[in-house]
Parts: sequence; C-alpha cells; structure tokens
Amino acid sequence: MELVMAVAVGILFTIGVYLILSKSLLRIVLGTSLLTHGVHLLLMTMAGLKKGSAPVLGKSDSYVDPLPQALILTSIVISFGVTAFYFVLAYRSYQALGTDEIDSIKEDKE
Amino acid sequence: MSNLLVLPILIPLCTAVILIFFKEKIRLQRGISAFSGVLNILIAGILVARVHAGGIQTLQMGGWAPPYGIVFVGDMFAVLLVTMASVVSFAILLYSFHSIGEKRERFYYYTFFQFLLVGVYGSFLTGDIFNLFVFFEVMLISSYALISIGGTRLQLRETSKYLLINIVSSTLFVAAVAYLYAAVGTLNMAHLSQRISEAGQGGVLNVIAVLFLIVFSLKAGLFLFFWLPGSYSAPPAAVRALFGALLTKVGLYAIIRTFTLLFVNDLGFTQSWIAWMAAVTMILGGLGAVAYKDIPRILNYNVIISVGFVAFGLAAGTRDALDGTVFYLLHDMLAKGLMFILGGMIISAAGTDRLNSMGGMIKKYPLIGWMFFILTLALVGIPPLSGFAGKVLIIRGALDTGMLTLSLIGLGSSFLVLYSLIKVFRQAFWGNEPENDQPQVNLKWASAVAGGLLVLVIAMGIGAEFVFTYVSQAGEVLASPVQYIEAVMKE
Repeated sequence: MELVMAVAVGILFTIGVYLILSKSLLRIVLGTSLLTHGVHLLLMTMAGLKKGSAPVLGKSDSYVDPLPQALILTSIVISFGVTAFYFVLAYRSYQALGTDEIDSIKEDKE
Repeated sequence: MSNLLVLPILIPLCTAVILIFFKEKIRLQRGISAFSGVLNILIAGILVARVHAGGIQTLQMGGWAPPYGIVFVGDMFAVLLVTMASVVSFAILLYSFHSIGEKRERFYYYTFFQFLLVGVYGSFLTGDIFNLFVFFEVMLISSYALISIGGTRLQLRETSKYLLINIVSSTLFVAAVAYLYAAVGTLNMAHLSQRISEAGQGGVLNVIAVLFLIVFSLKAGLFLFFWLPGSYSAPPAAVRALFGALLTKVGLYAIIRTFTLLFVNDLGFTQSWIAWMAAVTMILGGLGAVAYKDIPRILNYNVIISVGFVAFGLAAGTRDALDGTVFYLLHDMLAKGLMFILGGMIISAAGTDRLNSMGGMIKKYPLIGWMFFILTLALVGIPPLSGFAGKVLIIRGALDTGMLTLSLIGLGSSFLVLYSLIKVFRQAFWGNEPENDQPQVNLKWASAVAGGLLVLVIAMGIGAEFVFTYVSQAGEVLASPVQYIEAVMKE
C-alpha cells in the first residue's frame, strides 16, 4: 500500500511541477494545488498506513497514529486558503493586465 | 507555566478581528491599532524581565505536557525578538498613518498588518515545528494581501511571483516535516533535539537538515533571494519597511533555531553549507546594492547583505559569534525598519524613486539628510552606533574558528553597504536640484517617527553593555541547547 501511495505522490509532484513551469497563470494555480495534494499524501504515507483502529480510548489495543491526520487537516485548510487567494489574484491580474500569460506581463513602472 | 506567553499572539489577533468591524472609521482603526501596539510592547517588556529573572518560560496548551501537547517556549532569544519586532512594527504603524493612503486603509490595511504580527510573534514563540509552519503561513498570507493591496499593475505582477515562490517553499516545508516525523517520530522541538541526538544524525537526518535549510533560506533570502528585490519593491514604503524589518528575520530565526537546537550533531556538515551560502549571499547582495539606481532596490539588496551576515555569525558558531548574531539581528530589525522609512520619506519628498532625477534635498530637508547619514554609519558598524557590537562579536568568533576568508568577505560587505548608501545620500541630498521643482512635502510626522527610531539605534549602541546582559543570556541558550530541552521537558 505504501508503495502505491509513493507512486501516487510522485505522479502528483510531476504533474504539479510540469504545470507550474507553464506560461498560463491558471495552469500555475492548478499546479500548486496538485503539488500541495502530493505533499499531503506524503505526510500520510510517512506515518505508515492502516495499523489499527480509530484513535478512541478503550476501543482496541492498537491505534492509528492520529497526529499526521491532524497535520494534514491543518495543511489542507491552509492550502485551500492560499489557492483561493491565488485564484482571486489571477482573476484580478487577468482583468487589470488583460492577459493570463506570465511572459506577456510587461515591465512597466507606475 | 506562564500564561503571559500567549498574549503577544492573542493581542494582535483580537485587534485584527475587531478592526474588521470598523472598515469605514479610519481614525478609530488607527487608534485601536496604536493602542494594541503599545500594549504589545509592554507585554513583551514584561516577558523579557521575567525570562531574565526566572529563565526560560513555557506554556503548555490545555495542560498537556510535552511531547504530546502544543507548547509555547519563550527563551531569551525569542522574547528579545518579540520585543524588538513590537517596537519596530509600532514605529512602522505610526509611519503608515500618513503615508499609506486612505484607499488602502479602507481595504483592511490595519487588519492585515495585525494578522502579519500574529504570524511573526507566533513563529518566534512556538516550540513545535509544525506550529512554526502554521504561523509562517499566517504571516505569509497576510503578506500576500499587504503586497497586493492597492492593485497596481506592478503589484499584481510581483505578487504572483512572490506567491508562487512561497507556495513551493511551504510545500517543501511540509515535506520536510513529514520526513522528519517519519525519521524520529515527534514534532516538539525540544523532544526532536533529544531524539536526533539519540539517532546520531546520520545520512537521512542530514538530508532533512538540508531540506529545512533550503526552505528557511527561501523565506529568509539567504542565497535563494532571487525573488526578494522585485517583490519587496512593489508595495508602498510602509509595507516595504515591515517586510524588510520582520519577514526575512523570521526566516533567519527559524534557521538559527533549527541549526542550534535540532541539527547540532554534525555541525561540520551543516555549518559549512551555511557558511558558503552566507558568503555568496553577502557578495551577490553587495553587487546588487551597488549596481542599481533606484532606492527600493538598493535598500532591498542591503537587506540581503545583512541576512548573509547574520547567517555568517551562525556558521561561525562559537559563543561569541552567537551572542553577536543575536545582537546583530536585533540591531538589524531596528535599523532596517528605519532605513525603509527614511527611504520612503526620500521618495515621497522627491516624487520619484530614481536616484538620477534627485538632488539637492539637503537644503529643503536637512533633518532627513542627517538622519540618513547617521543611519548609514550605524548600518556599516561605526562605533558607538548599534551595528558595531554585533559585528565585532561575530568577526571575533569567526576568527577564533579560523574563518579568515569569510571574515574578510563580511568586512568587505560593510564597504559595499557604505558605498551603496552613501551613493543614495550623495545623489539625493547633494548636487543640484532637478529642473522640475517639487513642491515641499510635509514630513513632520514621519520625521518624528524616524527620529524616535534613530534615538533607539543610538541608545542601543551607547548602551550596548546593558543590552548585552540580555543578549548574552540568549546566546547562552543557543550555545547549549540542553537548557532549552530541560526547560521544556521538565516535569
């Protein structure tokens, strides 16, 4: 199971990096989003998968480590927030600059 | 246990939430933020006094003892940085009253300002590496908003880059935390330090250490600073001052904390990395500072030089050098805040940020001119101003460990700082006035704020002996992490 997850993380990272390297701002936003998903899966895999029941006291002898789940939850919320901000920024840039291609945003001072 | 430790985070947080409700009442917003700024300085002062008297203070959230619960740790290093950050941010807040413009104030400028402070203070005080990530994110997302607020073309373009760089580095940060958790199975910094010592810091942990170094260097602008000059030039002067004074320092704090507390078992390996990065940063930052001809970029490259210098102090790593690092970091927050405020005043007085179209300002604005000159001396490290003590301690520590080349680079970077800032001084204040006559700008308020900071810079230099009693207590903990571990893990 860990092996499958590792491959999935690798694929997500590859696609994320590929998208970040493209010119369109929209693709870059999607790329960062995939990248963060990859890192969340990595966080989960690193703690080991499926080793016991839910971490409620007195239910069983072996528990799943709850800490990575808490970390992933926090991290997901943060990445949602940042992605939302990035989308708004990309939309605003598209309106103000008239393009969504990074290269064609020209250097001009106010 | 000291519940006081949570206040530096709680005060700006509550202030920020309250400010949201008074969107249209700008005067009230200013009043509330100024009040909370004063309150924060007081609390930080009390914390310093307590740590000075009673050693490292810890706060266990909900009474859960470490390593299971979340802890806040205030050692001398952290609380000194909190104090300095609250003083500098208060000055910048006062400066922004008359410089940021009503349009930005209406768009929650003060709210984001306070949220940024939450992130900064939280990063200093937390004792848990994942919480460090969370507070970093709080700080970064407010900095995204502060950079883009106002929405000029330049700002939008630079925010996109800044955002992308920081998302990638945050992703790497989570990955590094994941590897660290997989390797040693804890996230509490004191506990991590113990476990890493037990494991002996072999190959895997060295890789993780380097990954952390990359992440924090991206945030601090150590070696990986390619994004910094552009992004920090886009926002108005008050925001630039806030970023230059606080944000890179938080990254540096994280580097110093991780490499004096966690990864201390293979110092030859990590310190040589930091030393080389510091050397390259000082050289490239110096070249950038002398190369450009617009004020924001020159000042931003000066920030990069000082980042390199602080990292150099860490790389030297002796007791003297660590004391010097803390001292220099404190001085640098103060001086960089003042530098950007003065830079902003010069820009608004001249009506342009191009050095070539300035001149002769010493006649109209003698006070700003002399303040800038004294500040330049302080940044270069002329005694008795505040930059001197830190530089001497760092260089002495480095020479003790035989880092001659790096010491020469460090001293050489001071010359580049001197040259670049004197260039600003000469072009802006001396020479002939430009043809298009600028109307006189009222800078009384800003001058008062800058004057207050300058008094602090001078006082910190003259009273170096007094400051040093506190600084050496901070350096002591950095030099021997056992104290930190015992304070956190005691039961």
